[in-house]
Amino acid sequence: MDIQGRDSMIKHFRWLLAACLFVAHGAWAQLTVEITGAGANRIPVAIANFAGEGLLPQALTGIVRADLERSGLFKLVDPGPAQVAENAAVDLTQWKERGADALALASIVPAPGGRYEIRMRLYDIARQGKPDGMIFVFASATMRETGHRIADFIYEKLTGEKGVFSTRIAYVSKSAGRYELKVDDADGQNPRIALRSTEPIISPAWSPDGTRLAYVSFQAKKPIIYVHSLATGVQTVVANFKGSNSAPAWAPDGKRLAVVLTKDGSSQLYTINVDGSGLTRVASSSAIDTEPQFSPDGAHIYFTSDRGGSPQIYRVPSGGGNAERVTFEGGYNVTPRLSPDGKTLAYVTRNGGRFQIAVMDLATRQTQILTESSRDESPSFAPNGRMILYASEIGGRGVLSAVSADGRVKQKLSGSAGGDVREPAWGPFNQP
Amino acid sequence: MRTTTKLTIAALTLAVLAGCSSTGPEQPAAPTEDKSPATPSGPTGSAVQPSQVTGKQMTPEEALLASLKDPNSPLSKRIIYFDYDSYAIKDSYASLISAHAKFLVANPKFRMLIQGNTDERGSREYNLALGQKRAEAVKRALMLLGVNEAQLEAVSLGEEKPRASGTDEESYAENRRSEILYSGEY
Repeated sequence: MDIQGRDSMIKHFRWLLAACLFVAHGAWAQLTVEITGAGANRIPVAIANFAGEGLLPQALTGIVRADLERSGLFKLVDPGPAQVAENAAVDLTQWKERGADALALASIVPAPGGRYEIRMRLYDIARQGKPDGMIFVFASATMRETGHRIADFIYEKLTGEKGVFSTRIAYVSKSAGRYELKVDDADGQNPRIALRSTEPIISPAWSPDGTRLAYVSFQAKKPIIYVHSLATGVQTVVANFKGSNSAPAWAPDGKRLAVVLTKDGSSQLYTINVDGSGLTRVASSSAIDTEPQFSPDGAHIYFTSDRGGSPQIYRVPSGGGNAERVTFEGGYNVTPRLSPDGKTLAYVTRNGGRFQIAVMDLATRQTQILTESSRDESPSFAPNGRMILYASEIGGRGVLSAVSADGRVKQKLSGSAGGDVREPAWGPFNQP
Repeated sequence: MRTTTKLTIAALTLAVLAGCSSTGPEQPAAPTEDKSPATPSGPTGSAVQPSQVTGKQMTPEEALLASLKDPNSPLSKRIIYFDYDSYAIKDSYASLISAHAKFLVANPKFRMLIQGNTDERGSREYNLALGQKRAEAVKRALMLLGVNEAQLEAVSLGEEKPRASGTDEESYAENRRSEILYSGEY
């Protein structure tokens, strides 16, 4: 009994190690995700080694397991070393005894055109219903993507909410005076450079359809807002007015942006069409108004203003109107970010000289500080609202971290290369 | 008429100023928060020692541009430091501001970019807005001295371009500043 338990633990560690080695492979510029806190009630799931996996250049099972484990919502149950086919006869009672509430089995077979077909069966042992099934056909070039989609399938079936393993993140890395705007898979393992510059790049924001990024670049010695098509790499100017142009935020329809301009003196809120036409003033104050963010229904623009003396979060109808104050506790509350369902506000609060990520339930006005470091900035919700990605600092170096909106799950994404990583923005579900 | 005369005088003076810099001292280290800025004589000062211009003669335009970087000229002083959470220009910068104002008034073709900066604490975008206030403060001071607004652009670099990279109060003070650039320098 004892020996068996230890044996299974060793096996568990062995494949975890294998997964880690896979993750570390060629990881010079990649971000490694480390879980530093997990959910209270993790779902125990067994993912048996996929039958026919030897056909593939890399192990697909490892990608799926790593995704699920990283989410902090699953506990991986050791499935043993055997490959189990999707249609194999299984004794669910036996899997239940091993501690699994769910079991995933899959087979990979060659498909026409040098591609592969994977069939998966997912048993929800706890609910004892009929197994769910899925079939994907994929080329080896899209193997990682396929792994993320399989993980999304399992995640959604077992939690009831959409997974975000197939989504992308954007961030800015800075190394030796060079700035790179990168687009990466949500697991930080597939970075692609969208823009290189010797001048700073800040405030990347995804278009709702996931095809473009708006950002602020200082390449012209002043802040100018650009929109960048990811497919073509074409960069177009959205706002280059006299003074500073910054803080772009997409309207939910993807046609307009909220921006901050200083053409008339202090930083003020406007909306503008993506092609730079149709400039409209949204709010007026003699103070700083900045960091606009549309509510998901497009009805309001949340923003930071020091009109009341200290920087606080306000909101204004997006067509213009009276501003109402949203945050009241503390002397520094900035960077409002709405959850995708519009119910939760994430923001940065100064807490005894430390800058931390907080959330407010907009219905009850209850607030909670989610993070513990002293330089936490730039919160960005995952498109399913579960996690909040943010910029932090460890040992004087910029790193990315993530925390669940309930504060339970904590992840650290750290690059193995030198330099800072900052300004994260989690992309939408839509994948072009 | 008056403007033309003033312009000519300024241009001539600056041409002289420009000519004397080839063996001048190196650009002094950036002043820190507690050092008062250097206050040499204004653009029409007489402390300048004439010296030989080596090589070919500069055009008045070139001479003007060179004069802006002459360490002996107050116009080479380009940084205004601010206190924490403050946008007020300290009295010690009065002569620096007035030297630049005189130059811009005398040379209406010249434009100036004022870049406001902050320390790194807090949100990048909010700091960008704070840096803007530091740039606007310099712009307003110059306009009060008669500079045409069309010659001035106030922008912010926020916390993105620190002069000092430390995380101590001394570095933060070094980063809370406005910097002046003239046309041709940006």
